[in-house]
Amino acid sequence: MDCRIIVVTSGKGGVGKTTTTANLAAALAKEGYKVVAIDGDVGLRNLDVIMGLENRIVYTLIDVVEGTCRLNQALIKDKRIENLYLIPTAQSRTKDSVSADQMLSLCEELRKEFDFVLIDSPAGIESGFHNSAIGADEAIVITTPEVSAVRDADRIIGLLESMEKAPIRLVINRIKPEMVSRGEMLDVQDVLDILAVDILGIVPDDESIVTSANKGEPLTLGSTSQAAKAYSNISKRIIGEEVPILNLFSESKGFFSRLFGRKK
Amino acid sequence: MLDFVARLFKAERSKNVAKERLQLVLIHDRNDISPEILNSLRIEMIATIKKYLEIDENGIEIELDKADRSVALVANIPLKTMNRKIRGRVKRD
Repeated sequence: MDCRIIVVTSGKGGVGKTTTTANLAAALAKEGYKVVAIDGDVGLRNLDVIMGLENRIVYTLIDVVEGTCRLNQALIKDKRIENLYLIPTAQSRTKDSVSADQMLSLCEELRKEFDFVLIDSPAGIESGFHNSAIGADEAIVITTPEVSAVRDADRIIGLLESMEKAPIRLVINRIKPEMVSRGEMLDVQDVLDILAVDILGIVPDDESIVTSANKGEPLTLGSTSQAAKAYSNISKRIIGEEVPILNLFSESKGFFSRLFGRKK
Repeated sequence: MLDFVARLFKAERSKNVAKERLQLVLIHDRNDISPEILNSLRIEMIATIKKYLEIDENGIEIELDKADRSVALVANIPLKTMNRKIRGRVKRD
């Protein structure tokens, strides 16, 4: 298949870009695709710890673009699953260490080797965001049902549109079904009404996200939690399968019974 | 007591407040015109007005004024031909 390069971005920090990148990369690899996740946040690297690959870093993205090493030397292969790779970034460098042209040529290089390239963008709308998005074909925008995150998502969607990324699709993260049912949290339709963009998926606020980050094991490697299911559904939609949006809201009773009745 | 119960039921759910506030703030965000566009607008406006009136180009002020629920383009254009300074203001609604 033709390679698809996807930037995962949000504008606001702390809404789940890195967690989403790690989980979607693992889920797509599990579907049999050859996937590389790139940490686009120079100086504040985190994708390595979320994926649990932090002890295996020798070379980084910066070494590749500066020619200190070959591309293959910076590709860390995940040993838990076939076809999953990480290109970490440098922790002790700044955003200026990589240029837009360098990112573009790196993306074109990776296009020859992989089915999917997922780029974890830094927060903000400055050069780090721009460099992460420049080589991407399409974009996944992460938001949470909070006013600040939705506002920043709107800004980022505008920027991605002007960069002609398509499709640009939304993931709404950290939904608390109980608050939504009380009318104290924006629901999926509210967010879609406001942002006028296509939905790629929703992810419930789930403790398993924290524990999987603690352990450095993406949920999609094997967890059966609601969030794991949500990410797995999103990966299926990315590859074109029609999967209904996870229903977290049917009845609170249904939600809780499903939550507790899930162990098979 | 009845009043309290009535208020309890009327109390607006915060998601509606959030939605309304977001929709308003995004109208402003999305209408944020870049300095380059504002500058081209300024140049063309001056050219048009100069066809009809003699104006003091140094005294021109053009800016976006964000009021509660609307954004207004406010232009302050002093005329040269009159002794008194006349201010042409685009009216806010």
